[in-house]
Amino acid sequence: MADVTHGVAGPVPTAGHDDVELYHPKSWITRYVFSQDAKVIAIQYSATALAIGLVALVLSWLMRMQLAFPGLLSFIDANYYYQLITMHGMIMVIYLLTALFLGGFGNYLIPLMLGARDMVFPYVNMLSFWIYFLAVLVLVGGFFVPGGPTGAGWTLYPPQAILANTAGQQWGIIIMLVSLMLFIIGFTMGGLNYVVTVLQGRTRGMTLMRMPLTIWGIFTATVMALLAFPALFVGAVMMLLDRVIGTSFFMPSIIAMGEQLAYKGGSPILFQHLFWFFGHPEVYIVALPAFGIVSDLISTHARKNIFGYRMMVWALVAIGALSFVVWAHHMYVSGMHPSFGFFFATTTLIIAIPTAIKVYNWILTLWRGDIRLTLPMLFALGFIVTFVNGGLTGLFLGNVVVDVPLSDTMFVVAHFHMVMGVAPILVVFGAIYHWYPKVTGRLLDETLGKLHFWITFLGAYAIFFPMHYIGLMGVPRRYPEMGAMAFVPPSTVTLNIFITVVALIVGAVQLVFLFNLIWSLKRGRPSGGNPWRATTLEWQTPQTPPAHGNWGKELPVVYRWAYDYSVPGAAQDFLPQNQPPAPRVG
Amino acid sequence: MAIAIALILVVIGSVVFHFVSPWWWTPIASNWGYIDQTLIITFWITGAVFAAVVLFMAYCVIRFRHREGNRAAYEPENKRLEGWLAIGTGIGVAAMLAPGLVVWHRFVTVPADAATVEIVGQQWQWSYRLPGADGKLGATDIAHVTPENPLGIAPNDPHGQDDVIIQGDPLHLPIGKPVKLLLRSLDVLHNFYVPEFRAKMDMIPGVVTYYWLTPTRPGTFEALCAELCSTGHAFMRGGVTVEPDENYQAWLQQQKTFAQLQAPSRAQAKN
Amino acid sequence: MVVILLFMTIMAGIAGWWLLRQGLGAKPWLEVGIAGEADWTGPAPRPTAKLGLAAFLAVAGSLFALLVSAYFMRSGMADWRPLPVPAVLWFSTGLLVLSSVALQTTVTAARRGELDGVRSGLLATGVSALAFLAGQLLACRELGAAGYFAVANPAGAFFILVTTIHGLHLLGGLVALGRTAVRAFAAPMAGAPEALAGMRLSVELCATYWHFLLLVWLVLFALLMRWTDDLIEICRALLA
Repeated sequence: MADVTHGVAGPVPTAGHDDVELYHPKSWITRYVFSQDAKVIAIQYSATALAIGLVALVLSWLMRMQLAFPGLLSFIDANYYYQLITMHGMIMVIYLLTALFLGGFGNYLIPLMLGARDMVFPYVNMLSFWIYFLAVLVLVGGFFVPGGPTGAGWTLYPPQAILANTAGQQWGIIIMLVSLMLFIIGFTMGGLNYVVTVLQGRTRGMTLMRMPLTIWGIFTATVMALLAFPALFVGAVMMLLDRVIGTSFFMPSIIAMGEQLAYKGGSPILFQHLFWFFGHPEVYIVALPAFGIVSDLISTHARKNIFGYRMMVWALVAIGALSFVVWAHHMYVSGMHPSFGFFFATTTLIIAIPTAIKVYNWILTLWRGDIRLTLPMLFALGFIVTFVNGGLTGLFLGNVVVDVPLSDTMFVVAHFHMVMGVAPILVVFGAIYHWYPKVTGRLLDETLGKLHFWITFLGAYAIFFPMHYIGLMGVPRRYPEMGAMAFVPPSTVTLNIFITVVALIVGAVQLVFLFNLIWSLKRGRPSGGNPWRATTLEWQTPQTPPAHGNWGKELPVVYRWAYDYSVPGAAQDFLPQNQPPAPRVG
Repeated sequence: MAIAIALILVVIGSVVFHFVSPWWWTPIASNWGYIDQTLIITFWITGAVFAAVVLFMAYCVIRFRHREGNRAAYEPENKRLEGWLAIGTGIGVAAMLAPGLVVWHRFVTVPADAATVEIVGQQWQWSYRLPGADGKLGATDIAHVTPENPLGIAPNDPHGQDDVIIQGDPLHLPIGKPVKLLLRSLDVLHNFYVPEFRAKMDMIPGVVTYYWLTPTRPGTFEALCAELCSTGHAFMRGGVTVEPDENYQAWLQQQKTFAQLQAPSRAQAKN
Repeated sequence: MVVILLFMTIMAGIAGWWLLRQGLGAKPWLEVGIAGEADWTGPAPRPTAKLGLAAFLAVAGSLFALLVSAYFMRSGMADWRPLPVPAVLWFSTGLLVLSSVALQTTVTAARRGELDGVRSGLLATGVSALAFLAGQLLACRELGAAGYFAVANPAGAFFILVTTIHGLHLLGGLVALGRTAVRAFAAPMAGAPEALAGMRLSVELCATYWHFLLLVWLVLFALLMRWTDDLIEICRALLA
């Protein structure tokens, strides 16, 4: 048991910082559309991300229909299917998860949790959203150009991505690359904001080690994203040049459909290196904010401090750093030099250790807690199950030789959906149930929420757990239908139908969630300022929802870390971060 | 409480599914049983960890769920516990990594006596080339590809003349002899994958990649493409027939060489 | 990918060095009260903009390091034919150095409070930067006329790519420089000291950015001049 020492008590000067010029909107347009308030931008980011995510959900329904009942939907042919998987993957990974965690949660929570009035560069922050919005519009435009969106797979591997046989070769691939470049530019603007705000915008007393883990997660992920996205940018520019003016960065000499193309000497592997140098950190860019948020959800709803806070911070930073030296584990069977396999398998499995420590600390936080089975807690528990499952199958794929039979099979699909699809999305839901009262002043409906949780959690597990075994049999990914494969027993067809039926149900229940989001805006139970009795600063704002500028006249002063739950001797089971220490008795 | 039961059921369900369901890997037909063994080790270690973590969570939910008057313990950290857990994890990881690296070393070390077979992928078919009587494959270049010379063998390379070319038919391999598969692509990425062999590697235009194996079980196996190559990807199938050496030799005699295919009339005249 | 890994190592070094000074070993649950007073520098203006620029330079640095990495990997392929370096590049490199020097003198002038110096310095910087861009264009045209931009020449394509991306960064810098210049020329001579105080930060930011772009260009120039060929050979030997 830690003994709590008390610092200086007595009158404390105000936190100051009020000389910072805060932008004041003058009209409806500058208040709600071209707003420079991080909270409004956060909602804009989240709404856009969820909207485009819905599109991706519908695409996944079509994919699952095709896999279970090939030929039933006659408009889906092979190329159409490839367009579905490409757009589904790209939207989910980049336009939904990255944008939602960093642009949505980042914008809302960073200033509030750190006791700042806003981001440090509000104008750039606004630009960031609108460029992201433009990127989404361009992406959606891909559905309407002749030839449709690209069907190159979300990895966009050349030479296939820009050759004539591939769907969307005419316009789709160009649109995709341009949209990605826009996204990266927009994200960089936002990302600089998040990083500098964490460095500069913290209020008095908010040392780094007093920051909630949510902020640590978002901060680390943003730093990684800023450094990793340029790799995708370079790859996109070079591929665009290959496609449009016919340079040979990635394109070797090729015979396409019996015809000698003008390309010469380029290296397809070069693109793969660039792509995965971005692509692997990207996995953690999605995961680290989820790690951070789930830590706070568990701690708050188990009424117990997060176990091993320091270790959690170190693990986050270590994972962030290590994730830059594991990218080629996506390329074990790409034909790169075989000796790289030793190095990348070792680094990849080492990264499992800090990740495992995080899992242990989450479940040890539950140990001897006072667990409230609220919706955020349920989603957090669901996250741990799916994340542990997906993380462990990652040990198969990271261990170079075990990856050889499994790579490019449905095992990979099941693995990454579990670990970076289902798991982070469960966190997104948990976080929305948790912070919705702060954003709107009302709680989401609990009955609908329970329905949403149970179907989503059990359904998603039932979809992706059996899918591993289809891959283990050897069914490759990216096959619009299994067709007749000698080694696949006919019962697999039944399994595929089962997965599809569950997927349709899980997809449908997301509509219940959307309904809940809208319905509770007006009808939800009023929550008050701090319904979860949480310690972090965003729950201590004078108004709920927080007004422009967040803090009224004076910024809060921070006296303690973010996890003072159930402190021995304290009257309540939580002590807000801005609560001054009790005067020393005697 | 429901969640605790659900967690326990998830563990039980997963374990039962693993052991009872009919979906498992296909019987192996190559020397890469090592890979299967590494995979099994990984299954045991990760399965145990998964069950332990989820069951522990279920126990916590049952034991420490909120009751009136409860209060959580205050326990910022426990260095010894965290240290032991980290060490334990490290050992578990090493137990998977070490055999993995040993097997990978075997996987990338081609035996000196391995025969050579070239596999060429193009949208959406496989072709095969054997070195012929001189034991050497002729040089190739995309620039030489014509309808008569689909694999782009250099016409003036003497090593290429006796190369055996197989198109449209399954590749035959003698049982029990190591073979190094050289992989080449004419257009986009492909990946020559026979599930029963466990091994696979991408084919990249402009580069020759490889892997090796020893077929251990006679039979005809389906070869799939495992790297997205647009429209016909799912239907880019081939076959590999593994058979005893005498059958293999008989099959080999019937195949045509590059020279024969180039000048069918001349070859017929000779016969 | 060696170059980008080297760059990332440097970034990790900086981040690690900074983190170590933040008391990551502290046990925050033991410290109740106002902590981190040393870190909290009060309402005095902290160089937020400078930090923002530094973070942006890290991103831009990553971009250029990746381009250089890609250049090395691509130049290892069989069909690589190096470019002849147009003489005009020496000239434009000189102009960029000049531009950087001029901006540095502007910083000095701004610190001393000499509005005249600031105005002429900004003008000189802008003109020489524009001249640099013109020089780059000339170099591209010269190479184009000599037929090096046929699609099959990857070295030519890389030359266009890196000079364009570098040039676009410089153009962005010129926009910021232009805004500073407008303020400098609009400022009344009489109230110079006050106007200069606000301007000083802008000029300093521009100067940092300029020096960064100069450094990047020198690296790229060395690459295009093939001074780095030996280095590539060493790296290749190490990898093989």
